[in-house]
Amino acid sequence: MPARVSLFVTCLVDQLFPKVGIAMVEVLERLGYRVDFPEAQTCCGQPAFNSGYWAEARAVAGHFLDTFRACDYVVAPSGSCIAMVTRHYHDLFAGDPARQAEAARLADRVWEFSRFLLEVARVEDVGARFDGVVTYHDSCHALRELGIKEGPRRLLQQVRGLELREMEIAEECCGFGGTFSVKFPEVSGGMARTKIDSILRTGAQTVVSIDSSCLMQLEGTLRRAGAPVRTLHLAEVLARR
Amino acid sequence: MSRERVLGNVRRALGRAPGQAVAPLPEPRLRIAPTPLGERLRVMRTAIERLGGKFYEAASPQDACRYVAERLAGAEAVASNAPLLAECGITALPNVRAGWTDPADLREACARAPFGITCADFALADTGTVVLLTSREEFRLPSLLPPCHLAVIPRERILSGLDELLAREPLPVESRSAMVLITGPSRTGDIEQILVRGVHGPGEIHLIVV
Amino acid sequence: MSAIFDEKIRKVAAEPALQRKVYAATGRLMDHRRQAVTEAALPDYQELRARAHELKKHTLEHLDHYLEQFAASVERNGGQVIFCETGDEVADFLTGLSERRGARLLVKSKSMTSEEIDLNERLERRQLEAVETDLGEFIVQMTGERPYHIVAPAMHLSRHDVADLFTAKLGVPREEVIEAQTMIARRVLREKFLQADIGISGANFLVADSGAVVLVENEGNARLTTSAPPVHVAVAGIEKLIPRAQDLAVFLKLLGRSATGQALTSYTSILSGPRREGELDGPEEFYVVLLDGGRSKLLADAEKRQSLYCIRCGACLNHCPVYRKIGGHSFPWVYSGPIGAILTPQFQGPLHEPGLPFASSLCGACAEVCPVKIDIPKILLELRAEVKEAETRAGANRLERLAFQMWAWAMTHPAVYELGGVLAAAALAGQEEYVRELPGLVNAGPAKAWASQRDVPAPAAQSFRDWWRQRRGGRA
Repeated sequence: MPARVSLFVTCLVDQLFPKVGIAMVEVLERLGYRVDFPEAQTCCGQPAFNSGYWAEARAVAGHFLDTFRACDYVVAPSGSCIAMVTRHYHDLFAGDPARQAEAARLADRVWEFSRFLLEVARVEDVGARFDGVVTYHDSCHALRELGIKEGPRRLLQQVRGLELREMEIAEECCGFGGTFSVKFPEVSGGMARTKIDSILRTGAQTVVSIDSSCLMQLEGTLRRAGAPVRTLHLAEVLARR
Repeated sequence: MSRERVLGNVRRALGRAPGQAVAPLPEPRLRIAPTPLGERLRVMRTAIERLGGKFYEAASPQDACRYVAERLAGAEAVASNAPLLAECGITALPNVRAGWTDPADLREACARAPFGITCADFALADTGTVVLLTSREEFRLPSLLPPCHLAVIPRERILSGLDELLAREPLPVESRSAMVLITGPSRTGDIEQILVRGVHGPGEIHLIVV
Repeated sequence: MSAIFDEKIRKVAAEPALQRKVYAATGRLMDHRRQAVTEAALPDYQELRARAHELKKHTLEHLDHYLEQFAASVERNGGQVIFCETGDEVADFLTGLSERRGARLLVKSKSMTSEEIDLNERLERRQLEAVETDLGEFIVQMTGERPYHIVAPAMHLSRHDVADLFTAKLGVPREEVIEAQTMIARRVLREKFLQADIGISGANFLVADSGAVVLVENEGNARLTTSAPPVHVAVAGIEKLIPRAQDLAVFLKLLGRSATGQALTSYTSILSGPRREGELDGPEEFYVVLLDGGRSKLLADAEKRQSLYCIRCGACLNHCPVYRKIGGHSFPWVYSGPIGAILTPQFQGPLHEPGLPFASSLCGACAEVCPVKIDIPKILLELRAEVKEAETRAGANRLERLAFQMWAWAMTHPAVYELGGVLAAAALAGQEEYVRELPGLVNAGPAKAWASQRDVPAPAAQSFRDWWRQRRGGRA
């Protein structure tokens, strides 16, 4: 009986980039997991939390806890959402020990996708094939809050036909930062343009990351600049045969 | 009184009462790696040369004096009152003056002279640092005003690094007004980040080990 | 954010040359730091950071004790400690001292604390000349502007700017060569050092058990400021205390490396009082002015108190992708960069510049390099909540709060959330995955802001959950 994995696809993937979720399902099923999708899911609450509206964030975070309470494994294609749940729910629910306890229990069971593959499924080679030159962008939350850096690179290195080239400033922020991207558009745009200069210098045709929000920022900027480089979520690369 | 007001503000903020006890502090973190003198000399040379300073290991006090004489080439120098400098014969060199007793005199000479010669109470090998403590014998200005500083360092005073200094000299500065750690020449990168030496302090420094 | 902040940011965005300069200069400082904290260069780097954090935590939690110990030590050494609540009190003290000594000319080495209280302006109003002696500060003083960066005050100026300033303010023939410019400054300032009546320094550290003021520098101007004039006054915030001289072993290993990649800077001065019997130079009178200036208010918040651990290395500025784009002068107060973003609202109130805590993508690069491990992103998040609470109380920004309330309602009612998604897809989904422009009514507010910089992702024709249901044979 294969282990059951519940998807938290994130609001961004659900509405804007469903291909990422579909790719995750493919990879997980290929590895023998039974995948489910708790339909009550919406959002982890991060947008409100980051914007200083903690009461509103708590409401949404509470809904998240309720939705995923009974799940053994919750897997998400996002470092920032997982960091929200595992590292910020505690502060968000300050003064509510019951919710804090729930959050703590759930924290052990939520996984960013690449980390799930490496540490739970214990695979590096998922049987993928992708011909092309790829460069990897380190999403800030994943890198600095979850310590995710080498893992996705190891997974990419196992993909047949894929050449991984590092950009000079892989660890520099893409400039998304949630509402920062629209509150400070020139700065956000400037940060993205600095990043794509570095991407273009690698000669890669594709930028890969584990966070769709970063990819959205980068692809929007690449297209605006008229550059032919495109973005793919790690899950999409790993789903390719 | 402002003192009581400020302390009162602080106590209120922390919820502490006057005279309330303090939680214990862990022991200071001092890590000293014992290294032989030869190693320390080698490390010190590398460190100071990388900073653009000069390093000379004298074979004898006379050799140190000769090195100094060559640098001075007869020019005016202010030497501190450190006995070691006299022992080496440095204070007997032409145009080298020591035996200072008057502050104004010392200051004027330091402002004028192209060379300042001091001893060193300690040196820190790993950073190429000279440590000067002020006293009746060592002053501040000779290593500060003249554009070239010559420091004569007794080899037994060369420590491995800062930790060894702080372990040994708990802090000198109750009986002295200053301890200065001099690590290479004066420098700045304030204009376009271009390195310039000798902006206020000496642009040239020589470490002479005896 | 305020219109002023918005305007400053737009201004810098329109100056690509300046932006490139700041980006390059901070990039160099990042590189210097990196090579100084490698496993080979400083194997205990992480351990030292943890120790430094703990030492600062301990000191600030017992600050009253250490202040008293420090004052007693200074007095034992023949110096005097002056406690001041406000900048006015500091200026009053200095005026009184100057009168007593018949002083007119003061020289200053770098002190952010003195910038905080606009000390030079206050002194000038009382007919006292205060000359900045750090080369970068000396230059910036001529422009009438604030320092651009904690460690590199004139980062934004070129040699041509310096040539202009020197000719205009010093009356010297135009000089474009940097080394020669530096020598001009050396000559001019040397006279000031030797003529000055009082030398004012800041303090990198104040050592409680020895009553010592520790100054870390590369130029030698702090040494001259504190050795040439007959009086030395160190002006420092009360948070500069550390318990023991031996704790310098931890802090000195972190400060130089974090700031400029140097194991030790050219000069580290540990000063404890006036010249002793038999010493022929050094100040005759020694004062340490301890400024509260609102710090005790910050102390009261156990979570955000760590903002006061800062040892002013500038690493957070150098690594901040936002600072590297907007530069030091975009910030509303003397402290810029991530540390400025957390100190300013705490000193000045959350509504002083409500946009400031939001001018960050929360990337965390600052926290990664802070030598005393201040959790800057966490504090920014708390300050954001404080801004919103303050705005709510003031009845400001109501529309935004309403928007988030509606959003939260939608996100806790999946059917509503789904409906929203369906409507958006119906209105905007098309052939293209990304669109250049948004249609009419939608092209407003955040959507417009997004589209001003980059192409806009179109909602997918079929959401993931719809795909899931179809595939699983659920509701068609």
